[in-house]
Amino acid sequence: MANAQSAMVGTRAARADLRPQWIAFGLMLAFFLVAPATGLYAVFLMKVMCFALFACAFNLLIGYGGLLSFGHAMFFGLASYASAHAAKVWGVTPELAILAGTAAATFLGVLVGLLAIRRQGIYFAMITLALAQMIYFFCVQAPFTGGEDGIQAVPRGRLFGLIDLSNVWAMYATVMVVFFGGFLLIFRVIHSPFGQVLKAIRENEQRAISLGYDTDRYKLLAFVLSAGLSGLAGATKALVFQLASLTDVHWTMSGEVVLMTLVGGLGTVFGPVVGAFVIVAMANYLAQLGAWVTVVQGAIFVICVLTFRRGIIGELGHWLRKPL
Amino acid sequence: MRFQKRTLMAAAVALAAGTAQAQVSDGVVRIGVMNDQSGTYADLAGPGSVVAARMAVEDFGAAKKGMKVEILVADHQNKPDIGSNIARQWYDVDKVDVIVDVPTSSVVLAVNEVTRQKNKALIVSTGATSDLTGKACSPNAIHWTYDTWSLANGTANAVVKTGGNTWFFLTADYAFGHALERDTEAVVLKNGGKVLGKVRHPFPSSDFSSFLLQAQASKAKVIGLANAGADTTNAIKQGAEFGITSGGQQFAGLLVFLTDVHALGLDKAQGLLLTEAFYWDLNDQTRAWSKRFAQGHKGAMPTMVQAGVYSAVLHYLKSVEALKSDDGPKVIAKMKEMPTDDPIFGKGMVRQDGRKIHPMYLFEVKKPSESKGAWDYYKVRATVPADQAFRPLKDGNCPLVK
Repeated sequence: MANAQSAMVGTRAARADLRPQWIAFGLMLAFFLVAPATGLYAVFLMKVMCFALFACAFNLLIGYGGLLSFGHAMFFGLASYASAHAAKVWGVTPELAILAGTAAATFLGVLVGLLAIRRQGIYFAMITLALAQMIYFFCVQAPFTGGEDGIQAVPRGRLFGLIDLSNVWAMYATVMVVFFGGFLLIFRVIHSPFGQVLKAIRENEQRAISLGYDTDRYKLLAFVLSAGLSGLAGATKALVFQLASLTDVHWTMSGEVVLMTLVGGLGTVFGPVVGAFVIVAMANYLAQLGAWVTVVQGAIFVICVLTFRRGIIGELGHWLRKPL
Repeated sequence: MRFQKRTLMAAAVALAAGTAQAQVSDGVVRIGVMNDQSGTYADLAGPGSVVAARMAVEDFGAAKKGMKVEILVADHQNKPDIGSNIARQWYDVDKVDVIVDVPTSSVVLAVNEVTRQKNKALIVSTGATSDLTGKACSPNAIHWTYDTWSLANGTANAVVKTGGNTWFFLTADYAFGHALERDTEAVVLKNGGKVLGKVRHPFPSSDFSSFLLQAQASKAKVIGLANAGADTTNAIKQGAEFGITSGGQQFAGLLVFLTDVHALGLDKAQGLLLTEAFYWDLNDQTRAWSKRFAQGHKGAMPTMVQAGVYSAVLHYLKSVEALKSDDGPKVIAKMKEMPTDDPIFGKGMVRQDGRKIHPMYLFEVKKPSESKGAWDYYKVRATVPADQAFRPLKDGNCPLVK
């Protein structure tokens, strides 16, 4: 009885805590609704949303489960290939193509997860990296991926057979729905009892085991969720850019998503979104600078690590004393 | 002062006349040079291509003719999504009329699709994939300097004819390497040569020793390198250590540029056979042009693709002038209609499928003792005449060719 009561008080306290996060969510929604009107380029914003979802999915695993995967590009990339192949070769509608990509990544997530979650820390990172490299070489060799050329000229098609996605705003709305859907799912997962258990495992796995939790099952579920959502992001990106290429499955992509999460704020809800925005904006708008792109990127990363270690949103949350 | 005012006015009138016909969109011809400014391909294209494009605008005399030309530059970082994003943004927001250069086959194919959708113009110099004039050919694109077919064909043809009739292939194990090997092998066999063996190495690879030993043991006269970039240079470097060239065998690089040879040094690269469309020391015209280029590019001589950017931009501007319009597909059509003439490739033409036609050359890298100074690297082994240098029109399966 007393237990139940304290649990209820606990939930209430947690609810009250969520208010700043809902405000931030409202701001984010407003931003993506208004941004195209302010002259930010729609394709750029769609790319930001795809990478933001990817980074959020990655953050679910490291920020809340404490598992640093260094091979998330395999889910992102394989899903983009699967979705591009489904849309181009099988000629299915875009929602089915996205579904096919997500399913492929989820399936791969189960296989990789079963192997990888048995280890922690650097070993976990190395196993995921090794398996991701295997997927990369598979994509280099497999005939359906087109090798270096990638899968090009993927048709965006008609959503549900009705809405023509070659219209940029229809595509934008679709990407927004996908992104916010994925984001809300992650948001829900983080604040669910399942999410609490994940955090407990992150803090002290032995203790979680002694409390009677089957930690392997929780970790596997988190891994598969993260893989599936990364796949959702990759599959959507393939339709936005109408191509799937080796870039998405290369290990540097795994590194890039780590970078996004770190710059934005590890273990924060909104950090990965901001991180993705910063990194994608740099890759995009600094393109005019030529050889200086990588130098500027490096400098910004060094400044980030030296001056705000919690990441942009992490520092902001710390300053406001509110978890964001 | 007065004179200046008058020319200004004349320019304004000319401009006004131009806009009165509502042809050159917003009065400015915008050329976007998109390539790799900082990565693997930065040396062979990169900033040098921008220098070449600026030279073309200057030599065309845009300022004198009252035509406003702007050059934009972007680094696609060899990522197709970034390339495709830049292309969309350039066409939609920045009012770019034509994109030039574009290395990396995945990026160039992506930009090709965006250009087709937005109905603008694309002229490829560094991108190599012969699909651009094959199944991916488009009324909005021209493939200017070379392609994989012309390299494979040029090298294999000329090498076999000049005595290199037994081959061993060192192939990068992925689609590009396989295609290069297949195309080259076909030409070798057709010319009566023999392929003694082939070995596939993982892509990318840094240790070629076991593959090189197999190549050495095969006793083939020519070792064909069906790979690119760092794989090729690594294989050549390690080959020099194994004494392959000094043992009488020769490397034939299927995708090697002047800057690769420069980076390798003559010591390592000597005896290497390769095909290119341009070399600075071909004739008086190329020498004069290249000297001007080197002055603007820190003393480095132009690669064939940088020279190709110059030639392409020059012909593009001539066509815009003749047409009095910068409408993408119309200019491309005009470019195909007008014969080309420039100091780089001499006289030439653009074929219906978007293939620019000019001769190709088989070069052999000089021994250090033969070289007279910096950048004196090649001697001509054979010339592939223009009508044989590129894939015949009917073999490309380009949908534009009826």
